[in-house]
Amino acid sequence: MLATVFAALCDGFLRTLEIFALTLFGSLPLGLIVAFGSMSGFKPLSLLTRFVVWIVRGTPLMLQLLVIYYCPGLLFGVQLWGSGTAGRYTAALTAFILNYACYFSEIYRGGIEAIPRGQIEAGQVLGMSRKQIFFRVTLLQVVKRILPPISNEVITLVKDTSLARVILVYEIIWEGQSFIRSDGLIWPLFCTGLFYLAFTGLLTLLFNRLERKLDYFRV
Amino acid sequence: MTVLEVKKLQKSFDKTCVLEDISFTLKRGQCLAVIGSSGSGKTTLLRCLNFLERADGGEILLDGTALFDAAAPKSDTERDIRKKRLHFGLVFQNFNLFPQYTALENVTLAQRLSAQERGEGKQMFAKLEEKGRQLLTQVGLAHRMDSYPHQLSGGQQQRVAIARALAGEPDILCFDEPTSALDPELTGEVLKVIRSLREREITMIIVTHEIRFAREVADRVIFMDDGRIVEAGTPAEVIDTPQAERTRRFLERYSE
Repeated sequence: MLATVFAALCDGFLRTLEIFALTLFGSLPLGLIVAFGSMSGFKPLSLLTRFVVWIVRGTPLMLQLLVIYYCPGLLFGVQLWGSGTAGRYTAALTAFILNYACYFSEIYRGGIEAIPRGQIEAGQVLGMSRKQIFFRVTLLQVVKRILPPISNEVITLVKDTSLARVILVYEIIWEGQSFIRSDGLIWPLFCTGLFYLAFTGLLTLLFNRLERKLDYFRV
Repeated sequence: MTVLEVKKLQKSFDKTCVLEDISFTLKRGQCLAVIGSSGSGKTTLLRCLNFLERADGGEILLDGTALFDAAAPKSDTERDIRKKRLHFGLVFQNFNLFPQYTALENVTLAQRLSAQERGEGKQMFAKLEEKGRQLLTQVGLAHRMDSYPHQLSGGQQQRVAIARALAGEPDILCFDEPTSALDPELTGEVLKVIRSLREREITMIIVTHEIRFAREVADRVIFMDDGRIVEAGTPAEVIDTPQAERTRRFLERYSE
C-alpha cells in the first residue's frame, strides 16, 4: 500500500513541480513585456494592456482555467487544445502563465516607476547611453525592490497549481484525494500538505538568501 | 577667452514660460554664480545646458561653435547628444549617486563604460581607477573609497558626486544648489571643495542660495527672477550695489 501511495504522490508531485516551473519560465519574461505595454507612451496600447490586466487580476484563476479550456471548443468549434491529457495540460499552463504574467507585470511596473528620475539623469549627464543606464544603473535597483513581492507571488503559485484539477490535470492533491475514495485513507492527503510546506519553505530560504545578497546597498 | 556663450535661450513648459531671453557669456577659468528665488528658472537653465531639457529657442555656443541651436532641425541622435553632454558636468542637489556602487566605482563607472565601448581593455581600467583614487583624494575622501553611498554622510556623498562629475573632465562644471539638501554643519566641507576647484581655475556655473559664498567665489553673478536675467555683473555690482528693486528685495531677505 505504502509503495502505491508513494508512487501516486510522486507522480502528482512531479506534475505540480512541472506546472510551477513552466509557469514561471513563461510568465516572468511575459510579465516584463506586459509591463512595457502598460507603461507605453502609445495610449491605445497601454489602455488595452491595463484593461487585460484588470480582467485577469479581477477574476478568479479557477474561472480563467475553465474559460480558457472550454471556450475555444464550445464557442468557436475549434479544438485549440487537442484532446486528452496533453490538451488539458497545455490549457492549464496557458491560463497560469497568462494569469501570473499579469501579476508580475504590475510588480515590474511598480519597481521600474519607483526608480528616482535623478538616477537616470545622473547617468545621462555622465554621457551614458540608455542601454548602459538600464543595465548598469537601474536594473539592479529594480531587482532589489521587486524581490519581496515576487517571492510572495512565487509562493502563491506553488499553491495555486492545485487549481489545475478543475480541468482534470492530475496534480498532487488530486492524487492524495483519490485514496479517500478508493481506500478510505486520509494520510496521503496530509502528505500532500507536507509537500507544500517543504516546497514553500525551500523557496522562502532561497529568496531570503537572494535578498541578503542585495543587502549591501540601499535604494 | 570665452568658452561659453548662451544666446536668447528660451524654454516653456506647457504654456508657462520658465526661461525668457537668457543671454550671457563665460570665460574659461571663471566662476559664474546664478542666484534667485525658487522657481526663477535657475535649475531649468542648468538642465538646458546639460541637455536634460531641450530649449525651445536660442543658441548655446561652446568655444565659438554652435553646440545647440533651437532653429536647426532636431536631427541629433542619442550618440550626438551624449557627446555634447560630456562638455558639461552636473552636480545635483540630491547627489544622485548610484547606490549599488562604491564611491570609487561611482567615480569611474561612466569612464569605464565608454572605454568598454571603444574596445579598450584592462590596462585602461587600471588607469581610470588610479584617476578615480586621485579625484577622491582631492575631495578629501581617500579613506572612504570603498564605502557605499548609504554609508556616507550627505556632505561626503556630495563630494563623491563632485569627483564623479570631474572624472569626465568637462569644460564646464555645473552645480545645482549643491548644499541645499545638506545639514548646515555639512555645507562647509562641500563649499571648501568648490573653493579648491576655483583655485584650480575650473570653469564653473553654480546655482546657489548661499549668497555669501557666491560673493566670495564667483567672478560673475547673475540674478534671475521669473525666467529672466534681472541683473548681471561682478559680485560687487550685483550683490553689494544692486540696481534693480527686485534684486534688492531678494538680497534683503537673504541677509536677514
